[in-house]
This record gives sequence, structure tokens and C-alpha cells, in this order.
Amino acid sequence: MEPILRTDAVTKIFETGTLIVRAVDQVSFEIQPGEFVALVGPSGSGKTTMLAMLAGLLNATEGEIHIDGHELGKMSEQEKTRFRREKIGFTFQANNLIPYLTALENVELMLRLNSTNSKFCREEAKKLLGRLGLSDRLNNLPKQLSGGQQQRVAIARALIHDPSLVLADEPTASLDTERAYQVVQIFSELIHEQKRAGIMVTHDLRMTQYVDRVIQMVDGKIYQIIDDRAEIDAMAAGGRFETAKKVEEKELKGGVMGALNPGLAPVRG
Amino acid sequence: MSFYLAFKEMWRNKGRFFLFSLVIALITILVLFIAALAQGLALANKEYIEKLNADLIVFQEKVELSTSTSRVGLDKLNNLRRVPGVADVGPIGFSSGSLVFADGQEALDVALVGVQPGKPGMPPVYNGNSFRSDRGYYAVLDGSIASRNEVKVGDEITIKTIVGSEDKFYQFQVVGVTDGRQYLYQPSVFMPLQTWEKIRPQASIEGQNQSDLVSNVMAIKLTDPENWEAMAKTIESQVSGIEVVDRKTAYQSSPGYSAQQSTLNTQQGFTLLIGILVIGGFFQIQTLQKVPQIGMLKAIGANNKIVALTVIMQIILVTFIGVALGSIGTFLLTLGLPGSVPITLTGSTAILTIATLLLIGPIGGLVSVRLAIKVEPLTALGM
Repeated sequence: MEPILRTDAVTKIFETGTLIVRAVDQVSFEIQPGEFVALVGPSGSGKTTMLAMLAGLLNATEGEIHIDGHELGKMSEQEKTRFRREKIGFTFQANNLIPYLTALENVELMLRLNSTNSKFCREEAKKLLGRLGLSDRLNNLPKQLSGGQQQRVAIARALIHDPSLVLADEPTASLDTERAYQVVQIFSELIHEQKRAGIMVTHDLRMTQYVDRVIQMVDGKIYQIIDDRAEIDAMAAGGRFETAKKVEEKELKGGVMGALNPGLAPVRG
Repeated sequence: MSFYLAFKEMWRNKGRFFLFSLVIALITILVLFIAALAQGLALANKEYIEKLNADLIVFQEKVELSTSTSRVGLDKLNNLRRVPGVADVGPIGFSSGSLVFADGQEALDVALVGVQPGKPGMPPVYNGNSFRSDRGYYAVLDGSIASRNEVKVGDEITIKTIVGSEDKFYQFQVVGVTDGRQYLYQPSVFMPLQTWEKIRPQASIEGQNQSDLVSNVMAIKLTDPENWEAMAKTIESQVSGIEVVDRKTAYQSSPGYSAQQSTLNTQQGFTLLIGILVIGGFFQIQTLQKVPQIGMLKAIGANNKIVALTVIMQIILVTFIGVALGSIGTFLLTLGLPGSVPITLTGSTAILTIATLLLIGPIGGLVSVRLAIKVEPLTALGM
């Protein structure tokens, strides 16, 4: 089966004066349709930078990103914007919703952006929000919704336009544990059902119980890829892996300078 | 898409946007009011001269085109008539007096204008008849006096002038009514030139003599009005002691006209500038508050065109509502003003002013549009 997402030795280098930072370093992986992957790692490991590159918001310095057979690097900024709108679903940590649009209108927004706001599509939006337990909240404004409900609306918006790839940046960051579980569980169900490729960046290892694979990044590189169910479940259950422990210890000792400079992992020497 | 976003945001934040439209409405009222005042004052100053059925006005030379200082003796009349290209000449005398009403109404200050019937300077009569001779106590009234003070053709009116230190009262019969013909902020009463000469305020009663008959200016009608510039020079060269100008130059030279108009125009300009800054400031603050939201919109695939058009449409809608409210407000306000307030707004000036006001929105909002376009999704979302 053709993967929906393929990255080949993707590298991102930031240069600030004399400081050269390899935020993402030679990262390669693939995601198949219907596969939900967690991108984990300590602060500054490069996972958010990776996500931004996958979304076409940041250009890779080296390497290639292929989504649905299209290479992002070959697209103009305009083409990338259109590609994002048509092929990518996106949820963010915060500021997910337009405050003056109701829950239903926020979901319909993606349809309007893609000029596919037919009656049928609007019905689909209602169904999806119903599926996410928001049938009675369709006409509520974001300020009238709880954090969890807002995240669920954002999930509906990320899926409504039939994207190939769904990206979630720390979707549970502002939620309590119970709501966080609910949100990720339903996200996972929908990705599997609709055969999309999903990537979730998270700090919260407990959320990995709903994913198929965990890609762990450290200092901009893939530290390990875990696809063993038992190993993933152990990590999610709070039983730390050996590897995770090591990374955390390293971070505590200041080995990962990125912890001091979130999002960036400096290279020494 | 842009209209949808712009409209939804405005609809869901009606209070905020309406309040801002009200600010624009107040600016509109102020600008329109100043424009109407400028036009009203200008009209009150120049109306008679502007509407004059003449192509050139003859002043005494070296009086800086002041009608009150200028004296052009009737002896010049024949000389002027003889200049080839001159179709007709009419002497005009200006002085001031008051219209006294019997029923206790407050006396109305008027301009007494002496003219010769059928000659340039005599206004068209729309109701009644013109006076037929150069003598007699017959008057043609400015339309505004007739409508404001309910004076009609056939009525007797009393005109008061001051001769020396004495009040003199003269009875006139109203024979006709013309349209608005104000002169130097006063409505006009037209009368035969020789009658005017008799009743005009003078330092003393002594010295009045028919041979001294002078007018302040003379109005000239040309056979070829297009050629007025050359004709003005020709007339000046053939008749001594005079200065010849067109109507526009004549009223622009009237006392305080230019100073007044430039002051009012400056005020209007500053009010428009304030409008641009207020609108610019409001939308800039609003755009700054929405940076994360705009970043998110861009991240999910909204292009700069959508983002910019949304801002532009809101600016246009808010400005349009504000200007419409302000225009209606100005109209209602003028209805409630007494007729003595010199407020006039003609269609063309109103349209021009409103069009300028509608432009200040987009001009003021340009910075916010630029700001919205420059929003980087990554930075805005803190990624």
C-alpha cells in the first residue's frame, strides 16, 4: 500500500548569527492510511518543527516530504496554502476556533474555504459533530463550550473536508485527564475508520494508548520508533520505558539544551 | 468567504461595531456640517454676484475690487457701451438697510441693491413683475425674504436706512419676487437705481445731487462671453479709471471670503485626517487582537486574499454604516436649524464629501490590512 506520508531525510537548520541549530536532523518515516502515530519527545526535540514542516508552514532545509504523492518542497507558497486547505486537517494547542462562529460554522469553515459548502456537506458536519457528542451544541459559540468540547469541534473541522493527513499539535495540552482521554480516543477512532493518516504531537505519554506507533525524537533525530503494542501500552500506562527514562534523565541533567530553548535543539561542536 | 467572515464577526459583535460606526457617524456629521457651513457662508456672500446675468464686473481702479469702496460714475456708462463686443451694461449700487415689520417682528437686515430695470444686474422676477422705470418706490424681493417673512407681491414694506444719525423710513411696494440672491450675508431688496441713490445711508442729508449719481460697480454682458479675458483687457484699455474682472474673481475678492473658505476647508481637512487616524487605530488594535486567529486561519488554508478582503470588507461596511447614519443625522439636524443659520449643501458637494468620507475608511484601514497579511501562522500560533 502507498503511504500517505513519507519523509526522506528531512532536516531543518536554523541559523541565528553564529549559532547554527539542527532542529530536525535526517528524519525519515512513513505513515499508512488508517494509521495514527504519536510524535513524542522532550521539549526541544524537534517534534513541533517537524509538524510545521509536514503542514507546509515551514520549509525543510534538506530532504523531501511527500503527502499523497505530492512533494511539498516543489510547491509554491500559494500551492502549499491550497494543499493545506484541501489535503491536511489541523488542530492546535489553543486558539483553535474562530470566536465569532458557532461550533457548526467553525466546522463548515473548512467546507467554505474549499467551496464545498453544499447542503449535503453541512449535514455531514452536523453528523460528525453529533458523533463527537456535540449535537446539542451546534449553535453555541466557542466561549459557551468547555475546553474539551472546543477540541472536539476542532477535530471535526480537521476531518470534515476529507483530508489525507491529519495533524494535531498537543491537542490535550489544555484539558484535564478525563477530557484528554475522550478527545484522543475519538480522534483515533475517526482516523482509523476514515482511513486517514494521523500524527499527534504530545508530551503526555498516557495518550499513546490510542496510537498505532510512537516516534520518539531527541535532539532533532528519531531516537526510536515503537510499534510493539505491549511496549506502547506499557508506556501509556505510566510504566516508563527504559528509553524514555534515559531521555528524561538526560534532560534533567541539562544534556538536552533544547529544554532551555523550546523547539530548538542546538548542535555543539 | 471573506464577506461571510466579515459579516459574521460584525453580527456577533454588533455592539462594538455599531459603537464604532457611531464614531464615524459623528465624524461624518462634523465634516458635512463644516462643508455645509462653508458652502452656506460662501453662498450668502456671493449668491447675487454668482448668479448675476453678466460676464464681467467693472470696479473703480485701485480699490482692490471692494464693492463698498468702488465708485463708478454713470458718465462711464456710455463709454462702456461703446466698446465693441459689449452687449449691454447695467450699473449696480449696494448699501444696507433693514426691513421693518409692523407686527412686531424683529427687523431684518437686508442688502439694498439699486439696479436699472432690464439691464444686467436686474435679477429675473419669478413672481410678479419687474419695476419698469428708474424711479419709484417699487421693490423686487429676494426669494428668501418672501418665504421666511411671508411677504407677497402687492404688499407694502418699510425699509429703514440711516442718514447721518437719523433713522429714515421708506415705504415700498413689492412688485416682484426673485429667487435667493443674498449679498454679503444679507438677503437683497432690489429697487430702481435712482430710488436707491435717494434712500441709501449717507453721512448727511446734504450734498445729494442727481449729477453725483454713481454706482458701485457695473455689470457687463458681452456678445461673446467665451472671450471674456480679452474683452476685460480691451475695456480697461478703452475706459480709464476702471478694473474689469469676471464674476468669480469679483466674489472671491469680497471681504474675508478667501480667509473664511480656507479656514473652513482646513477644518474639514483636519476632521477627515482625524477620521482616518481613528479608523486606522481601531482596526489596527482589532487586527492585533486577532493575530492568533488570523494565524490559525492561514494555517488551515486561508490565503492572504481571504484574510485581507475580510478586513477590507469590515472597514467598508463599518464606514458605510457610519457615513449613512451621519448623513441622515446631518439631514435631520439641518431640518431643526433656524433659517438664519447659513447651512447649504448642494447635491454635488454632498456627494463629493460623502465619497471622501467613504474613502477615509479604506485609507485608515490600509495599515491593518498590511498587518493581517504579514501575520505568520507559526509565530501567531506560538509553534
